Amino acid sequence: MQRLSMERPPGLGYNLFWKGVFLGIIFLFSYLVYFASQSVEYTWRWYRVPQYFYYTAKIDVTSPLEGEIRSITEDKDGIKVVIKGEEEETISLPAKSELLLSEGDYVYPGDKIGFYKKGKPGLFLVGLYITLEVSVLAIILGIIIGLLTGLARISKNPALRYLAITYIEIIRGSPLLVQIFLWYFVVGTLVNALLSKYGFSPIPSLWYGVISLAIFSGAYIAEIVRAGIQSVSKGQMEAARSLGLSYAQAMRKVILPQAFRRILPPLAGQFISLIKDSSLLGVIAIRELTKATREIVTTSLQPFEMWIVCALLYLVLTFTLSMFVQYLERKAIL
Amino acid sequence: MIKVRKLNKYFHVPYTLHALKDISCDIQKGEVVVIIGPSGSGKSTFLRCLNRLEFPDSGEIIINGQDILKAKKEINQIRAEVGMVFQNFNLFPHMNVLENITMAQMVVRKRKKKEAEEKALFLLSKVGLKDKALAYPGQLSGGQQQRVAIARSLAMDPKVMLFDEPTSALDPEMIGEVLAVMKNLAREGMTMVVVTHEMGFAREVADRVIFMDEGKIIEQGIPEQIFTNPQEERLKLFLNQILSGK
Ligand SMILES: Nc1ncnc2c1ncn2[C@@H]1O[C@H](COP(=O)(O)OP(=O)(O)O)[C@@H](O)[C@H]1O
Ligand SMILES: [Mg+2]
Repeated sequence: MQRLSMERPPGLGYNLFWKGVFLGIIFLFSYLVYFASQSVEYTWRWYRVPQYFYYTAKIDVTSPLEGEIRSITEDKDGIKVVIKGEEEETISLPAKSELLLSEGDYVYPGDKIGFYKKGKPGLFLVGLYITLEVSVLAIILGIIIGLLTGLARISKNPALRYLAITYIEIIRGSPLLVQIFLWYFVVGTLVNALLSKYGFSPIPSLWYGVISLAIFSGAYIAEIVRAGIQSVSKGQMEAARSLGLSYAQAMRKVILPQAFRRILPPLAGQFISLIKDSSLLGVIAIRELTKATREIVTTSLQPFEMWIVCALLYLVLTFTLSMFVQYLERKAIL
Repeated sequence: MIKVRKLNKYFHVPYTLHALKDISCDIQKGEVVVIIGPSGSGKSTFLRCLNRLEFPDSGEIIINGQDILKAKKEINQIRAEVGMVFQNFNLFPHMNVLENITMAQMVVRKRKKKEAEEKALFLLSKVGLKDKALAYPGQLSGGQQQRVAIARSLAMDPKVMLFDEPTSALDPEMIGEVLAVMKNLAREGMTMVVVTHEMGFAREVADRVIFMDEGKIIEQGIPEQIFTNPQEERLKLFLNQILSGK
């Protein structure tokens, strides 16, 4: 609601006071959480968080055969170790490796020659990446499905129209979690069984996740698209047709560009829901952010910090998306 | 040029309404026909049938020898030959003036962009808006928008121009500029069908005035006769109301 301008504008003191109240409430709430955690003797260990984003792994290099180390040569590309047994074999290590043996040593298969350190993305990053991948794919597919269904929904062809309505009603009338199970355990089982029967490799569960999300949000996007198209005045279509444009040309050149601007905000809301809904995909063994966080909690035993970080990561994704859409909206206005 | 025979149109929402009743008329090439009549008498519906924005229930419409009610895909080409100017302009708000005028030329007439733009600029200077080529419709006054809309229709090289109350949505001081453009067009020999309440325009420009009421053509004739010597009671009543209202 717009503030009525007939009200006296609030004074400086008023604003300062209530902003203070706002900060106070936030502080109080944080303190309560902290206080409660203290009383159950929870130890906060925030320093354990970064390793789940990025860690350096120690990777051992072992000998594949029995023999004597003949030579060790080092240049800027790395270290080459030549072992002579029954036959000769060269083992390469990256430049900054540490060697545990020297020339002339005798090794057996599995003996450690040396090791090197390598930075690796932690589970949070892995989960974030999968969430992002699933969401982006599902959004692209969802837009295509939604646009086609939205157009079918307002088509004068009854077959198209009823198909669209049926699809939209079924999808909107059942829980997403159930749909995910249906796609994975019913459709997935059938499809993968057929594929293996004819000698193809099965489709990975990630794709069933993408499809279930895309089909789910496609139904909502279709309704958004339909409302957007119908919000463009009838005169626009008539003007375009009176110039000789076909229905499809008028849609593409005149109606959809105008509808697109209007549906951006609700579309953004739909995409944000989709990102959040992707957290359900853990149930079909997709290691997205939520599933990754559960694994992290199991190994770190620090559920409080990890779940808070998980929520913040989702917030970063959704916030970035809504910023991007706002940018598009501003650009689209003329 | 235009031949209309026994045209009937019904609307069924919200109740059945016989909007056009056995309308027949002929319009010659180069003729300017003005249609007058009270609100709800079917003037717009008749005009919209002429480029098939409404599909009549029965009857025949021949334009340039083509039966437009039998046309399938060709309807798009036929519509391009029949320009239409709407009461509320219906410019495309997401395109600037130049794009408004070039888009259909390129899509329907398959003209090159350069050719279409030259045509657009020529027509814009004709309607006195050459300096507004890059403005968006929202930045123009009503009168300017309507002149752009006329240029947009003319860009398709139509054989006939239909005007549905082109000045009714305009502030009084802008009516003149739009009528001036239409007078020019008439002088150049364009075939025009104009629905309007501007009786001055009808007197001055029309070759023939048609009076419609309740979906029927009640009386028609040259302006002189219609305005100074009306025969039908309903026409007399209508003219009295219009002229006393002014
Ligand atoms: N799309 C429509 N649906 C239902 N009734 C309509 C529709 N268009 C016009 N009508 C009705 O048809 C009659 C004639 O309308 P119209 O041709 O717009 O009259 P005019 O332009 O002379 O004012 C009116 O009674 C109007 O309410
Ligand atoms: Mg009308």
